[in-house]
Amino acid sequence: MEAQNISLARLLFKAALIFLLCNLLFVTFHPTSALGRLTLYNWLLPGRERLPYGDDPPRAYNLNLYGLEAMFASHKLSGAEKTAGEFRVLIVGDSSVWGFLLENKDTLTAALNLAGLQTPDGRKAVFYNLGHPTISLTKDLMILDYAMRYEPDFILWFVTLEAFPNVKQISSPLVQNNPERIGNLIRQYDLSIDPHSPEFKPADFWERTLIGQRRNLADLLRLQLYGLMWAATGIDAFIPETIELRAVDLESNEDYYGQQPPILNDDELALDVIQAGLARAGEVPVLIVNEPIFVSSGANSDVRYNSFYPRWVYDGYREMLRSLASANGWNYADLWQTADNAEFTNTPIHLTPRGTLELAQALMAVLGDQYQLHPIP
Amino acid sequence: MTLIQIFLFAALALLAGRFYKVVNRNWLLFVASVLAVFWLQPASAIRNLFFFLPCLSLSLAALVWALTLPRDVRFSSADRRAVALLVGLVLLLSATRYFEPLCCLTASRPPQIELVAFLLALITGFVFILYRLGRSRNWLLNLSVLLILVVFIVLKSEPVALRVSVGLRSLGGQDPQLASSLDIGWLGFSYIAFRLIHTLRDRLAGRLPRVSLRDFVTYIVFFPALTAGPIDRIERFQGDLQRNFTLQSDQIFSAGRRLVTGLLMKFVLADALAFFALNSINAVQTQSSIWMWLLLLAFSFRLFFDFAGYTQIAIGLGMLFGILLPENFNRPYLQPNLTAFWNSWHITLAQWFRSYYFNPLTRFLRIRNLPVWLIILFAQLSTMALIGLWHGLTWNFLAWGIWHGGGLFVHNQWAQFTKTRSIVRNPKLSLSFGIVATFAFVTLGWVWFALPQPADAFRVFRILFGIAA
Repeated sequence: MEAQNISLARLLFKAALIFLLCNLLFVTFHPTSALGRLTLYNWLLPGRERLPYGDDPPRAYNLNLYGLEAMFASHKLSGAEKTAGEFRVLIVGDSSVWGFLLENKDTLTAALNLAGLQTPDGRKAVFYNLGHPTISLTKDLMILDYAMRYEPDFILWFVTLEAFPNVKQISSPLVQNNPERIGNLIRQYDLSIDPHSPEFKPADFWERTLIGQRRNLADLLRLQLYGLMWAATGIDAFIPETIELRAVDLESNEDYYGQQPPILNDDELALDVIQAGLARAGEVPVLIVNEPIFVSSGANSDVRYNSFYPRWVYDGYREMLRSLASANGWNYADLWQTADNAEFTNTPIHLTPRGTLELAQALMAVLGDQYQLHPIP
Repeated sequence: MTLIQIFLFAALALLAGRFYKVVNRNWLLFVASVLAVFWLQPASAIRNLFFFLPCLSLSLAALVWALTLPRDVRFSSADRRAVALLVGLVLLLSATRYFEPLCCLTASRPPQIELVAFLLALITGFVFILYRLGRSRNWLLNLSVLLILVVFIVLKSEPVALRVSVGLRSLGGQDPQLASSLDIGWLGFSYIAFRLIHTLRDRLAGRLPRVSLRDFVTYIVFFPALTAGPIDRIERFQGDLQRNFTLQSDQIFSAGRRLVTGLLMKFVLADALAFFALNSINAVQTQSSIWMWLLLLAFSFRLFFDFAGYTQIAIGLGMLFGILLPENFNRPYLQPNLTAFWNSWHITLAQWFRSYYFNPLTRFLRIRNLPVWLIILFAQLSTMALIGLWHGLTWNFLAWGIWHGGGLFVHNQWAQFTKTRSIVRNPKLSLSFGIVATFAFVTLGWVWFALPQPADAFRVFRILFGIAA
């Protein structure tokens, strides 16, 4: 058609109409989650060793996402077909499991895989890193819930007290941006989380349009594009040359989220989320592991272990978890002091590669004793 | 230019197109270009620089205009109107500091109006003195070219730019310790400088037509071409301005096609390729030869889509205002030899260097009876070295320029050699080989361009060809 015969006004009107229609279709079908499953990972690109997370995407070749479909689609777990000879172990937890400030080769998962463990019936234990660098049991539960489709044989759930307070449950952006998913978990397991909390960020009509979803769609594309650099370099985290180490000299404050010594009130802790996680795992055994913490010997270390925990609350937490595990038949390992104090990096829970190896060895001892997972001779 | 800026420029063109019977297009372009220089200039860490750099761009344009006026030409009433409008617009922009909502046109709050008025008075006086005493005086024209080159060197040389930043910070009472060479981001100066030198050299050669101040300033800072070219010629640009223009639907569609193509190239393809294009960080991180080739190819195409996309946008916007900017790219990666590549990559830059450096230099060398091959070698190496250094006064850009200068010389000698001999038996095969070889040569050359440290470039070459360190 000759350009002269086209009416600009009609063209703009039609374009606007098509654009409007696309937006309405987007609101109706809300395909962002489904689009997250479209991925280059695990066929054109190698799957990621850990879930996407990156505060500095251009340097980490990684970014923060809120869609579990896309996150898991990029993980190597999605592309790993389970064979009869595989004993599949999923490791759930916070940034210490994910491996904050660690390269992939130095994470706990890498150390366990390198150890080459096998079951008495000869199945090779393959560990998958499903840690995510925010601290919340509810976030862990959501990841565990999604990961159950990958047929795990065993689950290692790394926890620390900081993940337990009720007020922390919705503080993770991953939780806040998945209100429907969390809502289902609340209903299913009768969790004491308020589904109408203002911290949740449900998408309104405009945010569900194509325009409103542009950031999420761009993130899906960025995840694929960063995958090329991940494949080229094996890098998925930016590790600065110098870091500020965890505090040694501490404040004398003994308050813990409004709780005062000497008794830890377990009503303030999301123990029901642990119960829900165990229920969701069903027949699959779950080992709850209390992860190592830094124990300071600096100022006020007589009242606090570190910047996270006053001594009274952490001691109370350990005792509470031990007795709950004992009373309910939970599988529980308290590895709180299995890493040397010199091996903690920027927080009281992040470990150096060497500290991670120490933790892995302590954990392997537990796995050997309780689950007969021993290195292949 | 950001997406929003491009859309707003296009909207302005479409809107203005409906009122050309009552609004003079050339005055509109003048006002829009002047305002756009301020709007497009990014913020700077040095106090008020975001405002004074556009002022300097406009002052340079006015000063060079006064210098290049023929001696027998007098200030016309239109020129007086242009001076008044120019001064008025800058003062008006400065006055927006007192009206918060209007401040959005500049990157930050403009400086005090008294200071701006004082500087404007100084510059206007200087323009008037040049007009009275300096019109078309060769020594002043040559001195101006030299001064523009000095500014160019200051901006393109990291250590010098750093010193200037320290000086400006000290002058403004800011901490000189925080100075950075990136502080002086003079938007579009490279292209402004090319246009100014073009007019100065053409005045020296007696080729420059009489141009009004309004048209001259519009040509120098024409907003679609301010940030990334193309480098138009003033007589062609003026021809477009003098032509009657009404915005027709076929022009809108042609421009729209250009804009959509440009937006796709720049904001989709180039920006996507940027995620894994070769850079100084991933060059060190990548060990595999295959991946290194991929990063290099990504860089090669990213550069093309980014630059050619910008040109498409500039041409599209220009079309909407009735200005047909020259083409800058013509399938450069499908050219059969390096000479053809340089006739199709950043065409207006290559033409500029040919007109104002290569041709005068070869003429100069020829009359000294030097061997032809030596003239060609020297002229091509020095021309390409200068084009390289235009991107920045660093070793890697010099190496990139010499890479291309050497390549052009070798191609020239080969072309001379094959002219009298029938070496090529299969023209199709020869053409295909030429395209692949030229693309490979150009792409390998980008290694120098992408990496500031020559040591990194050598390392990348070793990985690309599987040579162990």
